[in-house]
Amino acid sequence: MVTVMTATAAKPSIDDIWRWLEAVPDPEIPVISVVDLGIVRDVSWEEDALVVTVTPTYSGCPATAVIALEIENALRDRGIENVTIKSRLSPAWTTRWISAAGREKLKSYGIAPPVEGAACAGALRLNDVTVSCPRCGSSDTECVSPFGSTPCKASYRCKACLEPFDYFKSF
Amino acid sequence: MPQDALFDYVLRMGDNCLVLAQRVSVWCGHAPVLEEDIALANTALDLIGQTRLWLSYAGEIEGKGRSADDLAYLRDARAFRNCLLVEQPNGDFGQTLMRQFLFDAWHHFTLGALKNSADGRIAEIAEKAAKEVAYHLDRSGDLVIRLGDGTAESHNRMQAALDHLWPFAGELTTPDEVDEALTQKGVAADLAQVESQVSAYMEKTLAEATLSAPKDAPVRKGGKTGLHGEELGYILAEMQFLQRAYPGATW
Ligand SMILES: [Zn+2]
Repeated sequence: MVTVMTATAAKPSIDDIWRWLEAVPDPEIPVISVVDLGIVRDVSWEEDALVVTVTPTYSGCPATAVIALEIENALRDRGIENVTIKSRLSPAWTTRWISAAGREKLKSYGIAPPVEGAACAGALRLNDVTVSCPRCGSSDTECVSPFGSTPCKASYRCKACLEPFDYFKSF
Repeated sequence: MPQDALFDYVLRMGDNCLVLAQRVSVWCGHAPVLEEDIALANTALDLIGQTRLWLSYAGEIEGKGRSADDLAYLRDARAFRNCLLVEQPNGDFGQTLMRQFLFDAWHHFTLGALKNSADGRIAEIAEKAAKEVAYHLDRSGDLVIRLGDGTAESHNRMQAALDHLWPFAGELTTPDEVDEALTQKGVAADLAQVESQVSAYMEKTLAEATLSAPKDAPVRKGGKTGLHGEELGYILAEMQFLQRAYPGATW
């Protein structure tokens, strides 16, 4: 070996790493990244190890393991060998952490983004939320079922354009 | 003794979720309508996720190196700490729904209290689970009202389910030594407080559903201390088969 990497050399900056993570898609809704989704809580160097702290969306979310693997792979592709994925439970993930860009991407993908403040957990008033149709924009919609194709979504129907659609539940 | 009480308490939280999830997931592909099929599967999935959080912590408290999987797959019925309510058979859709509703109401108010537990791990698991359970109760409460105050057929089925399951619900809000020891330390949910919240919620919801809870029904209990009905044995036989037949199998 001729080249010796010193401890101080060539550690990518935290800003760069956040940018790279912005390109890692959520496995279930690939139009939105893990950063848009708000599940990456912290990125930091601990000596030579890069520690990425992730919080689960739902405790039983089957995508959690896949997300950790995809983050590791993406960083490995950038030449970071020593990656530790830490899971953090508290503060619990909330849809308020979904970025403005993420909300727009959800909408153009056909998923109504969460309506914040209206359906706080524990309020037990899911059916009172006004959700706009991501297709035609009408607010004349109805909840078909509070549980949709994945735990984070509810099934809705637009009464104006008659299309069914997914609503990303406020959580 | 205090460490044992904590282990028991956390096992109870985890085993309730595990056994109910196992029951509910049997509906996958069989529910009366597609939306309900999906809702039941999602509810079971949430409960499995919560099971993993509770049982992992139980294993750490015990300190013998048992993982959540070890606790789920390699304990016998006598070592399970779930209440009798969650092991009751699915019956018809009304009975499954009523069982869920009675459990969700207790679960919701208990987790609300546990968010302020003096035990930090319990508090953070409760904070996470409470958000999911709020949606469970929202759904089961809504359906109990719609079916109770529905057709004569749906009303009769919901009333029969309530009559049958009500005595089992009492176990959840009846404190024993474990609850009392941990409530004094601010670790467990104060069941007297949970009971009054659950009763107020039940009274309001059942009235709206035009259903009436049995009066002076004796409480059917034992599960919290490991005394189960034979039903649990069948659940475990199916759930644990693979790990028992092929120890250590992974995929
Ligand atoms: Zn529309």
